[in-house]
Amino acid sequence: MAKTIREINEKIAAGDVVVVTAEEMIDIVEEEGATKAAAHVDVVTTGTFGPMCSSGALINVGHATPRMKIQKAWLNEVPAYAGLAAVDIYIGATEMAEGDPLNRDYPGEFAYGGGHVIEELIAGKDVRLRAVAYGTDCYPRQHLDTWINIADLNECVLSNPRNAYQNYNVAVNLDPERDIYTYMGVLKADLGSANYCSAGQLSPLLNDPTYRTIGIGTRIFLGGAAGYVFWQGTQHNPTVARTDKQIPKAGAGTLSVVGDMKQMSSEWIVGVSMYGYGASLQVGLGAAIPVLDEEMARFTAIKDEEIVAPVVDYSRGYPYGEGGPLGHVSYRELKNGKIAVQGKEVPTGSLSSYPKAKEITEILKDWIKTGHFLLSEPVQPLPSVDSGLTFKPLPEREVEEEV
Amino acid sequence: MATRRVVVHYPRHLIEAPLVSQMVRRYDLEFNILRATITPRSEGVIVLGLEGEEGSIRDALSWAGAQGLEVQPLERDVVRDEKRCTQCGACVTMCPTGALSRDIGTQEVGFSAGDCVACELCVSACPPRAMRVAL
Repeated sequence: MAKTIREINEKIAAGDVVVVTAEEMIDIVEEEGATKAAAHVDVVTTGTFGPMCSSGALINVGHATPRMKIQKAWLNEVPAYAGLAAVDIYIGATEMAEGDPLNRDYPGEFAYGGGHVIEELIAGKDVRLRAVAYGTDCYPRQHLDTWINIADLNECVLSNPRNAYQNYNVAVNLDPERDIYTYMGVLKADLGSANYCSAGQLSPLLNDPTYRTIGIGTRIFLGGAAGYVFWQGTQHNPTVARTDKQIPKAGAGTLSVVGDMKQMSSEWIVGVSMYGYGASLQVGLGAAIPVLDEEMARFTAIKDEEIVAPVVDYSRGYPYGEGGPLGHVSYRELKNGKIAVQGKEVPTGSLSSYPKAKEITEILKDWIKTGHFLLSEPVQPLPSVDSGLTFKPLPEREVEEEV
Repeated sequence: MATRRVVVHYPRHLIEAPLVSQMVRRYDLEFNILRATITPRSEGVIVLGLEGEEGSIRDALSWAGAQGLEVQPLERDVVRDEKRCTQCGACVTMCPTGALSRDIGTQEVGFSAGDCVACELCVSACPPRAMRVAL
């Protein structure tokens, strides 16, 4: 018998909701079957924790006296975008501090960037704000150099255009001699290592593969607090090839998410340095999926064996678009530590933390059991399998200079 | 037989004395030089793997100390900042000895300092930079 989100919320309020983690749901459906599981399990909690480069913070620092229309701003010497009104700034996770040697001394360390600033703000550390402006009659001030703290900011909102990728590439390196330094980590030459980045069976969008319950307006776990989905993520690509269980066989759906950094914890939002690549931000994100019917019970019982990811060469294949995937492997194989690629046994490493993802599913379960987290009906669904939406490459056109 | 990994600091005035050679002969130890450097202050640092009788290793290390070398277990110089580590697993394919490894069941990343040879390959490969090597 089908349930509604409203009915599940009434059970949460009454304290008699049945909530399990995505890992627990696998065994439940295996033992009882999807029909029985759907009848008595109300909510399945999911989680993921990994570097999510398309992340940033929107900050309103308040007005100084005399007033200033900030034209350029730096937080701990990391440039922030200031092309918004007077004192709104946006700092992106991958922006590097001024003066960083970048890849001039290859491979660069990328010790400090926007992701680290975001982590320090959430941790309650003072951050130096430096700003310049050209000055106007209403905003005469031209220079500012001060310390800010999250407690004093008007708004400090994590505002991430693309998080929670539904599946992702497994990165390898076919170059016979050269180790390469990528956003997927250090990849050893000659198929010396393979890195993947998904929580697999715990991952939010792999437990709701056709976006039946996760949509615009969905309340989520973001960085240790409640956050919300505000749009499909950039590069949302729901129409990729799928297995018979609707699991996309490559990177597919993504989420744009938003949440109050003042409520978050630096345990779940961590600035990171990808050697030879740049700075980024590890983000902890989770969704509570309502088990509306038998189909949702089957979806939320997905296991690592049934989720496959494409193996992609990052020496030529990814950067130059040469050739397709080298094959597909399951997350069970990836988590066992070895995969076979072109007849060679390749050790696997991960950028996504399964232990942290699992912790998120437990926290979310606890929030729901104790009535601190209610599910939300999406205001509008995300574009799904039948939307026709695809992720397009950039068609370059010749630019003729006017003489 | 016992094995031990140690960091030996040579003060500047002893840098040309063949003390490691004398030590292994005197106490009948097998040794493996895992790393050797001379710092800008002309102090020498050697990471040694030693193998021999438990008692001989102990006596050898106190003899080396008496000669003026500073000897300490390698575990003290290679540390994982547990608060900083997010258990992602980006390090495990970099580690040549398996000192950093992932449990297949829990997917937790363990660090066994006793298996570490202080190669430092994990230090920059760790996204949150949780590994510290201070020889």
